[in-house]
Amino acid sequence: MKKQMFLLVAVLAVLAMVAAQCGGSAPKPTEAKKESPKEEVKKEEVKPVASGHKYAQVTDTGGVDDKGFNQLAWGGMKLAQEKLGVEVKVLESKQQTDYEKNINELVNQKYDGIVTVGFLLADATKAASLANPNLKIAIVDFPSQTPTDMGLLFSVDQPSFEAGYLAAALSKSGTVCTFGGIKIPPVTAFMVGFESGVNYYNEKKSGKIKLLGWKTDGTKEGGGEGSFTGNFENLDDGRNYAEGFFDEGCDIIMPVAGPVGLGSAAAAKDRGFKIIGVDSDGFVTAPEYKSIYLTSALKNIDVAVFSAVEQMEKGTFKGGTNYVGTLQNGGVGLASFHDNASMVSKELQDELKAIEKGIIDGSVSTGWPVK
Amino acid sequence: MTTDEKITPSQNGLSSIIKQTFDLVLIPFLAVVTALIIGGFIIVVTDAAVYTAFGEGGIGGGLAAIWTSVSVAYGSMFSGSLGSARDISESLVASTPYIFAGLAVAVGFRGGMFNIGVEGQLLLAVMASVYVGSNFSLPWIIHLPLTILAGMVAGAAWAALAGYLKAKTGAHEVINTIMMNYIVYLFSDWALNGFLCRTPCSSPVSPPVLESAFLPQFFYRLHFGFFLALIVAFAVWWLLFKTTIGFEIRTVGTNPNAARYGGIQTTKVMVLTMAISGALAGLAGASELLGVNRVLAAGFSSGYGFDAIALALLGRSHPLGVVLAALLFGTLRSGATRMQSLANIPTDIISIIQALVIVFIAAPAIIRWIYRIKAKGAEEGGGVMVQGWGS
Repeated sequence: MKKQMFLLVAVLAVLAMVAAQCGGSAPKPTEAKKESPKEEVKKEEVKPVASGHKYAQVTDTGGVDDKGFNQLAWGGMKLAQEKLGVEVKVLESKQQTDYEKNINELVNQKYDGIVTVGFLLADATKAASLANPNLKIAIVDFPSQTPTDMGLLFSVDQPSFEAGYLAAALSKSGTVCTFGGIKIPPVTAFMVGFESGVNYYNEKKSGKIKLLGWKTDGTKEGGGEGSFTGNFENLDDGRNYAEGFFDEGCDIIMPVAGPVGLGSAAAAKDRGFKIIGVDSDGFVTAPEYKSIYLTSALKNIDVAVFSAVEQMEKGTFKGGTNYVGTLQNGGVGLASFHDNASMVSKELQDELKAIEKGIIDGSVSTGWPVK
Repeated sequence: MTTDEKITPSQNGLSSIIKQTFDLVLIPFLAVVTALIIGGFIIVVTDAAVYTAFGEGGIGGGLAAIWTSVSVAYGSMFSGSLGSARDISESLVASTPYIFAGLAVAVGFRGGMFNIGVEGQLLLAVMASVYVGSNFSLPWIIHLPLTILAGMVAGAAWAALAGYLKAKTGAHEVINTIMMNYIVYLFSDWALNGFLCRTPCSSPVSPPVLESAFLPQFFYRLHFGFFLALIVAFAVWWLLFKTTIGFEIRTVGTNPNAARYGGIQTTKVMVLTMAISGALAGLAGASELLGVNRVLAAGFSSGYGFDAIALALLGRSHPLGVVLAALLFGTLRSGATRMQSLANIPTDIISIIQALVIVFIAAPAIIRWIYRIKAKGAEEGGGVMVQGWGS
């Protein structure tokens, strides 16, 4: 009896599978794709005006829940869904071959616009843009490469400048420090901004705050000299570099090296020092160290992605240009002080606001790009 | 190994050939079917729409929702892998590295070596190929073979090192190859930020391979690497079953002590087995690089080398079986894109299905129990796997 039941269930299940496959293959792909979006629209009908337009994001191999760029970008897509009434979708890439395949899949399904994330997709984005001149495509964290694609870039030197000023104002030992992962412009931009912020503080307050780990020098290759771990992975390096700087008297550190910074956060926690995060809000992304994070210099990728989709939707999208996230448009910014808000006096907050205004109107220079 | 005899029977009658082939194919087939069924359950269980339907429409509505959920999922997977010429091309593109990598593991199994380092050998090979492919300007007739050869040599050398350590010191190849994977991962990180980085080095991506080293694409993205894979699969079959070296490899794989007693230089054969395995892993990387990607960046291969273990098991370490298994896995992988874009199912479901296939192949008793199949002999199925671990 039991045996027969088993067989019956197995056979039924197999039949179901076969039927499912046949059923799916009978309508042409174009028809099949019409079906499911409709269902989704139904579910989302509570939303304001459904425009019926479809936008999609293609992730790199990190996947959509990478607690990083891909996730932030997806946040921007979802914001677009909410505010613009468009339909959004994400395709995750498992390996390098998937980039081109995923983009083509979306092109063939006549998506109204595509957002790709990160330099890993740069070549695939360029190829797709050249092959489909009418395609609206934007790439996060990479400049425009063709007359029809858009780059989403971030002036990270601006929030770093504020972070530098803040660190200088709050340092008890009189020494702050920074180090980078690899000496490439996306990293050094943070360090240059940070240094300029410290210098600006010294200038304004005739202070003598020392910065370790970076020295801008236009005559040097890469715009200056500084400390670099040579990778973006090794947490031990993050700890070792931080310990080294702490031994030299530094009490606030800004590591610009991705996850390496978590090693520095651990060291700062042990010693009772503070750290400044980069890219995303360390208080949120690394909750085990939350009160160690004084603040973070943010790349608001969600804001940039939303802006790109909004431009595509409203017909103001212009290929061959770059969206540049600034303090003015909210594409970059300084994170909230969270647990450390009591350390930042009202006076200091006003100074930071004045600096922000100065950077926006151009009266304060962040020193980037290095001349 | 008993499985060999079953695939190339000579004296037995036709009916017994059919019966034996049936036995050989039945377990893998049922393993795949069962994995797909369980995958279907997972799709249903994780689909919020199903729960809503049960709440609103009762049992009837719920069952309808289950039906929709599974049929949309597998339907889009099917149309995404075989629905159009372009989709078929993509499935074959996805199968190509699987064929090479599966053969790499299979050759290792035959020689009693469990090569878990295919992933690392593949990556090292891609690094060698991308270096040769982007730095030297040569006529294609020289450049293309040279670039492929660079990958094969790199993969073979890296794997042979593990074979040598095993033969000389007894250090187990499973441990060695796993550890050597990490060396390659970190080496590639370093290299991509250094000598392999394009100029100016703004992000860790290699320069593109020159056109003279391309494996040409001819059917959408399908490239000549696919035919190379089929030719190589035939060559591996010939090597394993028609040559003295192949006989030695299989003998050492079955019983190294007996092989040594029989006058086979087991040390040499172990190193050779690993070298061949590594060269095949290298081909997987080189063909993927020269046929499809044409640049090396982080995330080049996310697990071809590990999926290959499943392929070798599923294909019973026989080249023909590996090719068929690779075509299946490639099709599943390729269909996953459409499944993701239409049915909103993460591509990870394919990894779950693949993992289930491995479980069922590695423990055929489960399949026999589910479908009430009588065991014919204790050695069937698991034998290959066990050989890899001993001595």
